[in-house]
Amino acid sequence: MAEVDRQRPEAIRVADLHKSFGTHHVLKGVSLTACEGDVIAIIGGSGSGKSTMLRCINFLETPSSGLISIAGEAVQMQADGAPSNRKQLERLRQSLGMVFQNFNLWTHRTVLENLIEVPVHVLKTPKDEAIARARKLLARVGLAEKEGAYPAFMSGGQQQRAAIARALCMEPKAMLFDEPTSALDPELVGEVLQVIRALADEGRTMILVTHEMKFAREVASHVIYLHNGQVEEEGPPDQLFGAPKSERLKQFLKTVA
Amino acid sequence: MQGFWVPRRIVMAAIAVLIVGWCVATLNWTWLAEPKYQALLLQGVWNTIWILVVTMVLGMLLAIPLGLAQAAGPWWLSTPSSAFCGLIRGTPLLLQLWLLYYGLGSLFPSIPWIRQSDLWPILRQAWPYAVLALTLSVAGYSGEVMRGAFKGVPHGQLEAAKAMGMPRFTIFRRIWMPQAFQRVLPTLGGETVLTLKSTPLVATITVIDIYAVSSRIRQDTFVVYEPLLLLAVVYMAIAGLIVLLFRWLESRVPVKTA
Repeated sequence: MAEVDRQRPEAIRVADLHKSFGTHHVLKGVSLTACEGDVIAIIGGSGSGKSTMLRCINFLETPSSGLISIAGEAVQMQADGAPSNRKQLERLRQSLGMVFQNFNLWTHRTVLENLIEVPVHVLKTPKDEAIARARKLLARVGLAEKEGAYPAFMSGGQQQRAAIARALCMEPKAMLFDEPTSALDPELVGEVLQVIRALADEGRTMILVTHEMKFAREVASHVIYLHNGQVEEEGPPDQLFGAPKSERLKQFLKTVA
Repeated sequence: MQGFWVPRRIVMAAIAVLIVGWCVATLNWTWLAEPKYQALLLQGVWNTIWILVVTMVLGMLLAIPLGLAQAAGPWWLSTPSSAFCGLIRGTPLLLQLWLLYYGLGSLFPSIPWIRQSDLWPILRQAWPYAVLALTLSVAGYSGEVMRGAFKGVPHGQLEAAKAMGMPRFTIFRRIWMPQAFQRVLPTLGGETVLTLKSTPLVATITVIDIYAVSSRIRQDTFVVYEPLLLLAVVYMAIAGLIVLLFRWLESRVPVKTA
């Protein structure tokens, strides 16, 4: 793969990942390597396994087999793929900021409380330090005035921006985005993409599962097209979107365009 | 103040004053003046209240693991838990109370090491069985309520906590349980009022609660209705306090989920 030649340290590596739900074989040996600063977009049709692949990286789905390593440290797994070292998994998860399709903010806490929850109660950051960092992040995503608001009183776009700030507040090494704009009204998509683009521009490592092809082309440094649980084609965005080789990808790009 | 005294409220207040006035003027309340009965009544109210508070607290402490086991536990925890809830909910509280009091209460004296233990002076009284029966009852009903509450918390919120590397117990303490409680506060208020109204059953095993006191006064004085009226007022007052307490708790909880 092209990434291996790069001179930057490896952030996330997935190798030969398999995942089955019962008899349904969702991922059939997929791999990816993200070096620091890479923005990898995973695209593909519904049911292609792209969300499952992303969720396997932080073990929200337990892989059936394969290797996941974060910053060069392999997640310890049992033979059936289940994580075998809970403490290690928790520590590695803390270095990955995850953003969900449905935001998943904690509804019983204000926006500010959502942001400082893990830093204060898990990472043991001093509270005033965490609050200062949270306020800075909220200002960055344009929610400075909303720190006292409860999620239920915010628009989807505001909730998603708050969720991104919550993930950033743990100072993660890499960000995982699972279709971050799919649950949003069309007019709210732009504000969230703008925040994600700013993160990409500052050189953050990100893996992004998305349906926004135009956005993927502009932001990603590497694009992976999944089909039926396998990597059908991958490469730089201009090559993948500009001159797709596989028939399936051509078909796919035609249907989403 | 003007806003409060609208015509319908004035009419209601007038009716209330008339009823109370009629009760005071025409019924026999002389027994209330006797210090002996005043002391008994106070003791009865106190017993009713502490039994209610203790059994609610202990019952909820049991209900949380019972609900959690049923909502998310392995089968060897969830099956016994739902069997327990089914058993408690499927049989009359009076029967449970008597089975514990007459069953355990007659079994214990025949076991020497229990008779000789330091706990025996307590175990030979009636109130431990009353507290135990009511606690199990609260646990059975509220365990079922908590099961629904735990299941009702959106999975995504727990997943977000997991993805951020929160340890399991922290997720439970900081995210899962607070939201579960927030959802069931109104139901728990109702459960508490129902438990209050179950407490008179303890009078059947010689615990002197307010109901037992009123029965005693009726037998002593041959006054038939008045002690019952007083009883109704006492239960209504306690129930009112419970409702106010839970309203206050609910108002402290920030917001409902959209």
